[in-house]
Amino acid sequence: MKILKKGQAGTMQSSDLMVVVEPAEDLIVEIESTVKKQFEHLIRAKIDEVLAKFDTKSGRISINDRGALDYAIEARLEAALQRAGGK
Amino acid sequence: MALNSLGREIPEIFAGKNQIPYRDPWSLQPHAERSTRAIRRISHNGSKLVGGLREAIIASGLKDGMTISTHHSLRNGDRLLNDLIKEIDALGIRDIKIASSSVHIVHAELIPYIRKGVITGLECGVNGLIGELISKGELDCPVIVRSHGGRARSLITGEVAVDVAFLAAPCCDEYGNFNGYYGPSACGSLGYAQVDAQHAHKVVAVTDNLVPFPAVPVGIPQSVVDFVAQVPSLGDPKKIVSSTTRVTTDPIGLQIAKYAAMVIEASGYVKDGFSFQTGTGGISLSVAEHVRNMMRKGKVKGSFGCGGITGYFVEMLEEGLFEALFDVQCFDLKAVESIGRNQRHQEMTAGTYANPFNCGSVVNRLDCAILSATEVDVNFNVNVNTESMGYLLHNTGGHCDVAAGAKVSIVVAPSIRGRLPIVRDEVTTITTPGETVGVIVTERGIAVNDNLPELKEALIKMRAPVKDIRQLRDEVYAITGIPKPIEFEDKVVGLIEYRDGSIIDVVRQVRP
Repeated sequence: MKILKKGQAGTMQSSDLMVVVEPAEDLIVEIESTVKKQFEHLIRAKIDEVLAKFDTKSGRISINDRGALDYAIEARLEAALQRAGGK
Repeated sequence: MALNSLGREIPEIFAGKNQIPYRDPWSLQPHAERSTRAIRRISHNGSKLVGGLREAIIASGLKDGMTISTHHSLRNGDRLLNDLIKEIDALGIRDIKIASSSVHIVHAELIPYIRKGVITGLECGVNGLIGELISKGELDCPVIVRSHGGRARSLITGEVAVDVAFLAAPCCDEYGNFNGYYGPSACGSLGYAQVDAQHAHKVVAVTDNLVPFPAVPVGIPQSVVDFVAQVPSLGDPKKIVSSTTRVTTDPIGLQIAKYAAMVIEASGYVKDGFSFQTGTGGISLSVAEHVRNMMRKGKVKGSFGCGGITGYFVEMLEEGLFEALFDVQCFDLKAVESIGRNQRHQEMTAGTYANPFNCGSVVNRLDCAILSATEVDVNFNVNVNTESMGYLLHNTGGHCDVAAGAKVSIVVAPSIRGRLPIVRDEVTTITTPGETVGVIVTERGIAVNDNLPELKEALIKMRAPVKDIRQLRDEVYAITGIPKPIEFEDKVVGLIEYRDGSIIDVVRQVRP
C-alpha cells in the first residue's frame, strides 16, 4: 500500500495512540511514547510488521503512543494507512 | 557497597552516616535509649506568642546546619513548610535538613531553595517533582525515605534529631495547647505531629486560629510547646481534606475489589473482634463496602478500624460495626467532624500506630489490611516509591508497617497500567519485603504467598481465581511484552529505609 495523502487514526488518551502517516520519499518512523524507555523496541517491531504486511515502503509514520498494547497499535496504524488512500 | 538479603547493593555510608543493610523484617533489635532533649522551665503565665513565622524562627534559635520538621496532616493543602523555608532563607540561614512527616506535590516551591543551599538534605520521603529532579540528578539533595512507623522510630531513638518542629496548629491558644479539630485549617488527627511535639528540641505551634485559653480538647499540651506563632493562613482547606471520597466505578477496579473481598471472607477473620485497615483509593473504598455488607449480614461486631480514616469508617463506627477507630490522619471532612465528636474515634500517634521499636504498635493487632502497589514482583515484593521511569515520586506512608503488622496484608493493583506490567520479575524499588505480603489481588487472579497455605486452600474451595504469581506474571507479559529494564547510573541519590532503620533499597540516578 502506498501513502498518497495524509492519514490519521487514534486518540491521545491513556492506553491509546495517535498515528499520522504522510507521503515521503523514504520510509521514516518516528516514535514518541510514555513508555519509550521500556517498549520502544516492541512498538517499532510491531510497526515494521504492519508496514511489511501492507507492503508500505515509503512515507513518514509518526506515532504518539500513550502506552497502547500491540493490537491497538496494529489497528490504529492499519486505519491510518487505509485513510492515506493508496492501493 | 554491601548486599542486603534481597540482593540490593547498599552503600556503607550515605549522607555522612553508616547504614545497616536490611536482613529480614523481624530480627533487628534496638540498642538505644529513648532520645533526650533539654528540659525547659517556662515560669511565666503570659502569652507564648512571639509574632509571625520570622519571629518564631529567631526565638527558636534556628541556625545553619540544623534540622527542622513539620507534619503533613494538611497534606497537599499545606502552606506552612513553603512559607517557613522562605522566611529561613530571608534570615540568611543555610544548610537546613528537612525531617517532616512527608513532603507533598505542593512543596515543589522548595526547589529553588534546594538549589540555593538553604535546604541540603531530606530526612523524609517526598511526593512529586522534588523526587523526580533528584532522580534525574538535577537537584543535589540526599533523601532518606521512611515509613510512618520508621519516621516515628527515628525521632524516638534520636537517629534523626529535630532541632525545631514547626507544627501547624489548626486550633490553638496563646499558651500552646492545640488540636486539629476546629478552625479554617482543621485536619482532624495530629497523629504525626505528636511524635515531634515529644521529641523535637524546640517546639513552635503555628496557628491561623488563635482561640481563648484553653484550646480544648487538648491534642498537644502547653507543657511541650515553647512558642506560638500566628500566620494569616496555614493552607488551602479544600486540599487539606477532600469533601468526599468515592468508591470506584471502573470495571477493573470493581473486579479487583470483589476478589479482595473474597480473600477477606476466606481469611475467616470476619467475625466478632475483626480489625481492618484500608486506604482512600477507589478500590480500597469498594473493598470497605463489601466488608461492611459482610459484617452486616453476619451481624459481626468488629474490634477496630485503623489508619488514615475516611467517612466510610466513621459510618461503620456509628452503625456499631466497629468498637473503635484508631486514627493517625483524617482523610475527609466526615472523619474530621467525627474525631471531634465521637469518643470512640481515637487519635493515635504515628509511634503508637506503626513504630516497630516499642512495646507493640496498633498495626500488630490488625487482621486484614488493604494496600496499594505501583509494582509487585514474583517474590511478592512491593514498590510504591518509584514509577515507571525510575523516578522517586511517592512516599512510603504506612505501607511496610501495615504489611508487617497485619495477619493478612492484601495488595490490590491492576495487572497492567497503560502498557506497563504491574506483576513482574523484579520491582524497580523494594518498599515492602515480600515476606510480609500475604496476597496480591489483580483483576486477572489472586496470588497467595506460600506462608499462608490455609488461606490459599480456603480460596480454592470458594472457587476464587487463585493463580501462581509466576503464572500471573506470564499472562501479563504475554499481553504487554517484556519491558526493557530502566537504566540507572551508579550514583545513589536516595535510600529506602525499612521500618526498623535498615536499608531495604536505594534510589539511583536515572540514565537519561
